[in-house]
Amino acid sequence: MKNSIKILFILLVFAFNSYSQSVDEIFENYYENTGGIDKWRKLKGVKMSAKLSQQGMEIPIELIQMKGGKSMQIINFQGQSIKAQVFDGEVSWGINMMSQQPEKSDKETTDNLKLENNDFPDSFMDYKSKGYKAELIGKETFDGTETFKIKLTKEPKTIDGNKEDDITFYFFDTENYVPIAIQTQLSQGPSKGMTMEITMSDYQEVEGLYFPFSQTQGIKDQPSIPLIIDSIELNPIIDDIEFKFPEN
Amino acid sequence: MNKFFLLSLLVFFSQFSFTQEKAKIDLKYLFGDMRARHIGPALMSGRINDLENHPTNPRIIYAGTAGGGVWKSNDAGTTFNPIFDEYCQSIGAVSLDPNNPDKIIYVGTGETWTRNSVSIGDGLYKSSDGGNNWKRIGFEKSERISNIIINPNNSNEIYLGVLGALWSDSQERGVYKSIDGGVSWKKILYVNESTGCADLAIDPENPMVIYASMWEHRRTAWSFESGGENSALYKSNDGGESWKKIHNGFPEGSLGRLAISVAPSKTNILYTVIEAENDSEKGLYRSEDYGESWNQLNNDFEITVRPFYFSKIVVDPKDPDVVVKAGLYGSISRDGGKTFKNLGNMHADIHDILFDISDSDRMYFGTDGGVYRSWNGGVTCEITENLPLSQFYHISVDDEEPYNVYGGLQDNGSWYGPSSAIGGVRARHWKSIGPGDGFRVLKHPKKNIIYSEMQGAENVWRFDVEKNLIKTIQPLPEKGYPKLRFNWNTPMEISSFYPDRFYIGSQFLHKSEDMGDTWQIISPDLTTNDPTKQLQEDSGGLSADNSGAENHTTIFTVDESPLDPNIIWIGTDDGNIQLSRNGGKKWKDVTPKNKNLPKNTWVYHIESSHHNPGVAYAVFDGHTSGDMTPYAYKTNDYGKTWKNIIDKNEVTGFVRNIQEDYVNPNLLFLGTELGLYITVDGGSKWTRFTNNMPPVAVHFIDLQKKTNDLVLGTHGRGVIIIDDISPLREIDLNTLNKKLHFFESKKTVMIDKSDFIGSFGGETRFVGESSSSSAKIKYLLPKRHTFGKMTLEIKDFQGKLITSLSPGKSKGINIVDWGFTIRQPKVAKGKTLSRGGFTSPRVKEGIYSVIIKKGKDIFENKIELKYDSITGLSKVEREKKHSITMKLYDMTQELAYLVYELDLIISQLPLKSKVLKSLQELKETLVITKGDNYVGSVESQLREKMADLYSKVAESWDVPSNSELKNYEIIKKSFEEAKMTFKKLKSKVKIKDFKIDSYEKFLLK
Repeated sequence: MKNSIKILFILLVFAFNSYSQSVDEIFENYYENTGGIDKWRKLKGVKMSAKLSQQGMEIPIELIQMKGGKSMQIINFQGQSIKAQVFDGEVSWGINMMSQQPEKSDKETTDNLKLENNDFPDSFMDYKSKGYKAELIGKETFDGTETFKIKLTKEPKTIDGNKEDDITFYFFDTENYVPIAIQTQLSQGPSKGMTMEITMSDYQEVEGLYFPFSQTQGIKDQPSIPLIIDSIELNPIIDDIEFKFPEN
Repeated sequence: MNKFFLLSLLVFFSQFSFTQEKAKIDLKYLFGDMRARHIGPALMSGRINDLENHPTNPRIIYAGTAGGGVWKSNDAGTTFNPIFDEYCQSIGAVSLDPNNPDKIIYVGTGETWTRNSVSIGDGLYKSSDGGNNWKRIGFEKSERISNIIINPNNSNEIYLGVLGALWSDSQERGVYKSIDGGVSWKKILYVNESTGCADLAIDPENPMVIYASMWEHRRTAWSFESGGENSALYKSNDGGESWKKIHNGFPEGSLGRLAISVAPSKTNILYTVIEAENDSEKGLYRSEDYGESWNQLNNDFEITVRPFYFSKIVVDPKDPDVVVKAGLYGSISRDGGKTFKNLGNMHADIHDILFDISDSDRMYFGTDGGVYRSWNGGVTCEITENLPLSQFYHISVDDEEPYNVYGGLQDNGSWYGPSSAIGGVRARHWKSIGPGDGFRVLKHPKKNIIYSEMQGAENVWRFDVEKNLIKTIQPLPEKGYPKLRFNWNTPMEISSFYPDRFYIGSQFLHKSEDMGDTWQIISPDLTTNDPTKQLQEDSGGLSADNSGAENHTTIFTVDESPLDPNIIWIGTDDGNIQLSRNGGKKWKDVTPKNKNLPKNTWVYHIESSHHNPGVAYAVFDGHTSGDMTPYAYKTNDYGKTWKNIIDKNEVTGFVRNIQEDYVNPNLLFLGTELGLYITVDGGSKWTRFTNNMPPVAVHFIDLQKKTNDLVLGTHGRGVIIIDDISPLREIDLNTLNKKLHFFESKKTVMIDKSDFIGSFGGETRFVGESSSSSAKIKYLLPKRHTFGKMTLEIKDFQGKLITSLSPGKSKGINIVDWGFTIRQPKVAKGKTLSRGGFTSPRVKEGIYSVIIKKGKDIFENKIELKYDSITGLSKVEREKKHSITMKLYDMTQELAYLVYELDLIISQLPLKSKVLKSLQELKETLVITKGDNYVGSVESQLREKMADLYSKVAESWDVPSNSELKNYEIIKKSFEEAKMTFKKLKSKVKIKDFKIDSYEKFLLK
């Protein structure tokens, strides 16, 4: 008798798990399984050293993302360290490969980047207080794996002078609640309307937090570019001047 | 002892084997990295059913296509992207909510131009997020939806025109209304089971006023009937509560397909196009009193031509007197419909017309050959060049490398083009091989000859590709035989044993041993020869329509066994399967008698097995009698008995083709009207293939023998290829239970062929995706790898690490590409980047180890690389090329280390140091220290010279030339000298606690 009650209880729990998942529960489970929400809140920044592989070329890159919006992408090539894309929270800029001089991004790009200043460590943390909307679309198979598909709508971006919705889809593995893919529609350029896709795997621990050490990026259903992360440094100390646009 | 012990054990075992047999393999979770690629072509595009614009943004255009889904343009038709790839690709209507056009889109499926080859829809869909996500909201049995109209004053109020079933009675047709945004629907106008809504219009100023054209029609496989006493034009003044016929001024008698249009700028003016009994009364009618009375204006050819295909009239949104009629060429009137002139040159068969919302001189046309755009009111028209909507009836492949794909298209002739090309498969790669409607196109197996045909075998061409000589070779009427009946899509077959032997089917099987010069009839009439199905002259209904498309009681498929030329199977459009086992001397009717297969169901394809001469597969298509059931049967005994191999709950869409694998007889591919299905267990479980594969109608499948590529002729998305399906051969319960299973891989040739791409125009023209020539590492994972480290390393036969790759992590099939290279050399740091330093050198041919580490588990496999024989290089020459390449590679890295050390010393020397200047001088000869990466570049130094020669030698297919070798000696000498100089200067320098990375460590950084 006792046993059958136990089984019934387990069944109920399963039923609850598989049918009444809310978006918030999925996010909570994700944080719980990757180090705890408090630890994520305390995180001030990350610096990733990674390798990009493309057509036989192996390109070492560094990715820095700080709480508050500062970010930097550095390409290391032929002994040179090239700041391809930098943002100090106000000004977005990068080195022009031809002239090797810094140039500012266009105003729309910069304004849209500013909207992401509160998106560290990820867009869905505290999404309600940021005024974002998250919605569970349903279950979908991704990479042969069952996932929860979540739609996150952020504040609208400005594209070619028009306000457009900023929508991202996350695919959380139903077994362990980590995202294994992110999709977003390209909002501008000739590929406008096509879906950008990032896949994530090789989740590993760094000082108590779990990060995906392997990613691929590309257009959905087209060949993608792999990114392998060699190391992740938490709370790196980087001088503010590194993010500033070099005036001279 | 229990005497039933043995018995129960037996039962246990039998249950065991039973469950084993029943353990079906669901491929849905296993396709992984297997992905379809689309090669088009787009140059002739395909049929368009409906064009739709955005109510406020003139640059946004939607195209609903006959068989290729829904495409959106953000740039006034310059480029298009598909937005409906996961759903039925046959589209009837696309509509945007006028109050929320960026978010709410409705798509009604099922093309409404009801030609013989028309496809079917499966309901109404809605997106609330601009086309990202779609939901079907009903009308699963509607077959074709003609109009979706949303009340401009109330987005929740929607009117839906449903044309309905074409080949059968159906009740899901007529006019429907929703008042809750599509959640629930009420049928507001219904006539009978054979009359559907062909066109619907509302008065934009008073949306309670609705006009509906109801059309009585029916198609069979052998005839078409347009019109009847139930066809009528209706009007409602109360939002569809009540209706009345508005025929004041209409011709007497039966009516056919009517088009209806309200002039948006003056809504009392209406136009209708009437199909009537008398030719003199057909044509364009106009009303100026909201349809209360009508006057005939015009019955020109373009107005009355083929109403089932062209009954569409569009009024300029700004001018009630400018009217455009769809038609063979399309025509435009600027005097309120009194007179018309033809539209400018474009592809024939115009189905829809769209005016730009801000400038009526800018127009778009939907044709049988894609979307055209005019800037001058339809005088001249240009084709949009990136809609790959080609509608193949049939495809075949040859044995070239890369192999070519041959095929014929609906209204767009016959073509062949490469399955892959450097820089992508472009419009210019496709060559025309016949006009008209194209069907079978077959390459002679030995000679440079191609056969092609047009509808009804009116012409069968034999084209000598080298000499450009065209000859027609179709069988002609013969003495003592009745009139030959050829299907619209006439079967042709080449023998696999005698390359000059060629078969064509009418009601008889015709055989030629001399490539079509001489024909011999080798069968009796193999069809039912039912005279009631041979009255094509009477076809059409109110408008005669005897195009040949309805020819019936004909042979539709011919298959000579690949194992025995005496075994010939034929299938007819009226349901017969006939077999000859002696090369046509005697024939036996082996039509399946299975009770679930209705009599006279069209035999669409027969595929004899490559493994056993008594085995064959037959697929049947009953859609032309309204039966959408998928049918596929297999015989093991030369047709004596047939076994159903489809669970109709697993497969959607009637079946058009089946392909058996050449290696694993349990691996089968099925083409249906709604996509591609695959089984690895002989049909126990079918799974739809979805990776970049829309549920488009798959009319024909071929499997290329050398590459194992599955090639699909689709009717709406061109040629789609799934590269190398060989991993599917190894999927069974055993491999699925392994922690990781490496699939067999063939030797990979490191292709040396190259080409100049000439990529002009690629910005707006469709470019088909090519296959990758890399080595493929293929393996099966039972579960996606998400947590922990997983690596993939390539090692040479000595166990030396060659390169690391990023392994695939998906559950199921993973395919990792390796371009046979190691990473590019580490190049010395200078002010600028050295172009030569971007080259990664290839490895030598040989056997390499693939090592995958996943957690604690290590998996190892071998792959073999071969040199490309096309270069004619000897082993010694290959060795020499590799050796010089690697010497330059190593030298480049050594120079990088030297400059690194040099920079380190310079940075630590006091400014006054005497050696500093000499070191700086040395550096300036080694690397560029000034300028930029573009036109500010300065004189090359040793680094640039070395890296440039390195990349020149590495990228060449050839052995290094004498001039390259001389250049190599010069560079080598300069480097030796530089090293000497550096050594001398270094000996003069003393730095305390000088720390420097080792060469090995430096290379890893």
